[in-house]
Amino acid sequence: MNARVEPQLLSQLSNRHLDALEEEAIFVLREVAGAFERPTLLFSGGKDSLVLLKCAEKAFGAGRIPYPLLMIDTGHNFPEVTDFRDYRAKQLGAELVVRSVEDSMQRGTVRLAHPGESRNVHQSVTLLEAIEEFRFDALIGGARRDEEKARAKERIFSHRDSFGQWQPKAQRPELWTLFNTRIHPGEHFRVFPISNWTELDVWQYIEREQIELPSIYYAHQREVVERKGLLVPVTQLTPPREGEQVVTRTVRFRTVGDITCTCPVASPAANATEVVAETITADVSERGATRMDDKTSDASMEKRKKDGYF
Amino acid sequence: MNASVSPAVLAAVQDEEHAAALRFITCGSVDDGKSTLIGRLLVDSQAVLQDQLAGVQRAGATDLALLTDGLSAEREQGITIDVAYRYFATAGRKFIIGDAPGHEQYTRNMVTAASSADAAVVLVDATKLRWADAGLALLPQTRRHSLLVHLLRVPSVVFAINKLDAVEQPELAFRNIAGALATFCEAAGITARAVVPISALEGFNVVQPTPGWAGYTGASLLQVLESLPAAAAETAQAFALPVQWVEKFSGSADTSQGRRVFWGRVATGTVKPGQPVRVMPSGQTAVVAQVLDTVRRPRDVAAGHSAGIVLDREVDVSRGDWLLAPEAPEAVREVSGTIAWLDDEPLVAGRAYWALHGHRWVKAKVRRVVHRLDIHTLAEEDATQLERNAIGHVELVLQEPLATRPYTQARRPGSLVLVDTASHRTAGAVLVR
Repeated sequence: MNARVEPQLLSQLSNRHLDALEEEAIFVLREVAGAFERPTLLFSGGKDSLVLLKCAEKAFGAGRIPYPLLMIDTGHNFPEVTDFRDYRAKQLGAELVVRSVEDSMQRGTVRLAHPGESRNVHQSVTLLEAIEEFRFDALIGGARRDEEKARAKERIFSHRDSFGQWQPKAQRPELWTLFNTRIHPGEHFRVFPISNWTELDVWQYIEREQIELPSIYYAHQREVVERKGLLVPVTQLTPPREGEQVVTRTVRFRTVGDITCTCPVASPAANATEVVAETITADVSERGATRMDDKTSDASMEKRKKDGYF
Repeated sequence: MNASVSPAVLAAVQDEEHAAALRFITCGSVDDGKSTLIGRLLVDSQAVLQDQLAGVQRAGATDLALLTDGLSAEREQGITIDVAYRYFATAGRKFIIGDAPGHEQYTRNMVTAASSADAAVVLVDATKLRWADAGLALLPQTRRHSLLVHLLRVPSVVFAINKLDAVEQPELAFRNIAGALATFCEAAGITARAVVPISALEGFNVVQPTPGWAGYTGASLLQVLESLPAAAAETAQAFALPVQWVEKFSGSADTSQGRRVFWGRVATGTVKPGQPVRVMPSGQTAVVAQVLDTVRRPRDVAAGHSAGIVLDREVDVSRGDWLLAPEAPEAVREVSGTIAWLDDEPLVAGRAYWALHGHRWVKAKVRRVVHRLDIHTLAEEDATQLERNAIGHVELVLQEPLATRPYTQARRPGSLVLVDTASHRTAGAVLVR
């Protein structure tokens, strides 16, 4: 991660705008609680969902979050993250619902093209099954508009039809803060309270609020192979290919998700302050640096969202 | 229309009013170069990362517009369909851009972006005008977008005259177009914060000033944006708060401070302990015992911010109710307002819709369409229905009274949306008169 920005920017960096972002997130979280009958908060144990949970704690008071937490488990998660997820949910006394892609595969609703296929895209099926099972009418997620072009176009309250599909051409106008939350049976909303936050905002907030994170977000030693400009972690699910050399590097994760498509970046940043400094000078986007599955086409996220992806 | 920004104004970037992110929209006709301008702002302020830049290289050249047109349908058609939100920051400020579509067909998305904007940059394409003519006519879409952002009370309007690199005499063109804008703004009652000559393609006056180019020595567009205030909160009005969320303490041992907290964002005025309130619609009265801010510290809270209110006695208050100062205007059953119609199905006089005001849903019947406004001039014409993207003047009869105020006095009490009862689509944006 090469420096592009003058170092003095760090000392000038204001975090006062975080108050307005936090306030907007809290406003949206309360609106969901008031407007829907069966909302849930998608909680993976990742940094964005931990930020969301912090805002929810502030919105309702610790221990009073009025909706369950939901995790769609691909079975390919980093144990440090799932352990942290369970620890945090227990600490808050929140109800945690976990539904797994593995179960969908047993039911036959998810079929993999080959055993090594990424399960990331198949989460949509399991998610829609969970929505049907619990009749959820609003799913709160930590997606941000700065992550990806299709996300940049999505409303804060995003209407989904009974197939969970996003209709980009028929989005509801979002006027002032008057959110039209009316739905027909079977439809639901995806709600993104931290839409307007950037990766830097998230890290500044983590630093300011001293939010605890899974250890792999900070520098650690890890065996990786270099593949197409990415550092691919060596795991049981992602073994080295023939001829590839395994090296141990000091890395951290900028984003965590399915093991089969999430890569760490080389970094010595050992705490939130150091990550903030590094994020200011990053010259590759969060997804560009870390995701193996987003590069297939410009419109891959848009297509997946139309299929019900988060 | 003074285009220059003094150092004192730039220094003001550090004060509280400027600490909040500035939300601005870009508007103008199709092909005026909005997406290119945003691409230029992002690239020149170093907000675009290498992998994103690599994604918009075509045949060795960088197509800046591709940075924002992210949907496949947009790339197919080469136009912007929906608002894209983009983020960048300078040393002094964070910016949120709503890249609004220029195409008339997608006006509803432009209205969406404008309703929450602190500022609007109206792009004017110099190459489409008879720039050598001192009495030149502006494009209808420039007039229309300017009138829309004015109608929606976007606090600051800035004009950026683009593509001046592509005309023979940029200085003359800038002078004549700026003159035409001044005449138009005066007639329409619009106060322009600045008129900046730019070339989005070449980067002139976008991020760095290009002194002397087109005879202009003022601030760059970005410097102007850095100096603009975020929308001023409506603190001078009587206190009003729509109740968003009722927190019950039934499971808590702490009953010392009343039994319930009423959370909501203060719409107008300021609230502190001792403030007498009237509950709408029940009409009951009480006095504020305690005020909490977002993070539950006791503090007076002003318009624009969330407050948690504990009352001195038990009164019936639910989500959707309003807490009002006694001097606030009475709630009304009849409302007249300007409406922007957004749905594919036309608005029909006599039909009932859902109306959302604050957090309260009531049925609203359109008693009559008073006028349709000529979208280019805002002159009034007779009409019985309003088609998609039309703007008009309607009278509504409400099922229950609402605590509205004129939009020109207070935006939150003065705005409501109409929702189709069958399709649930958001159909209309109403600005109360």
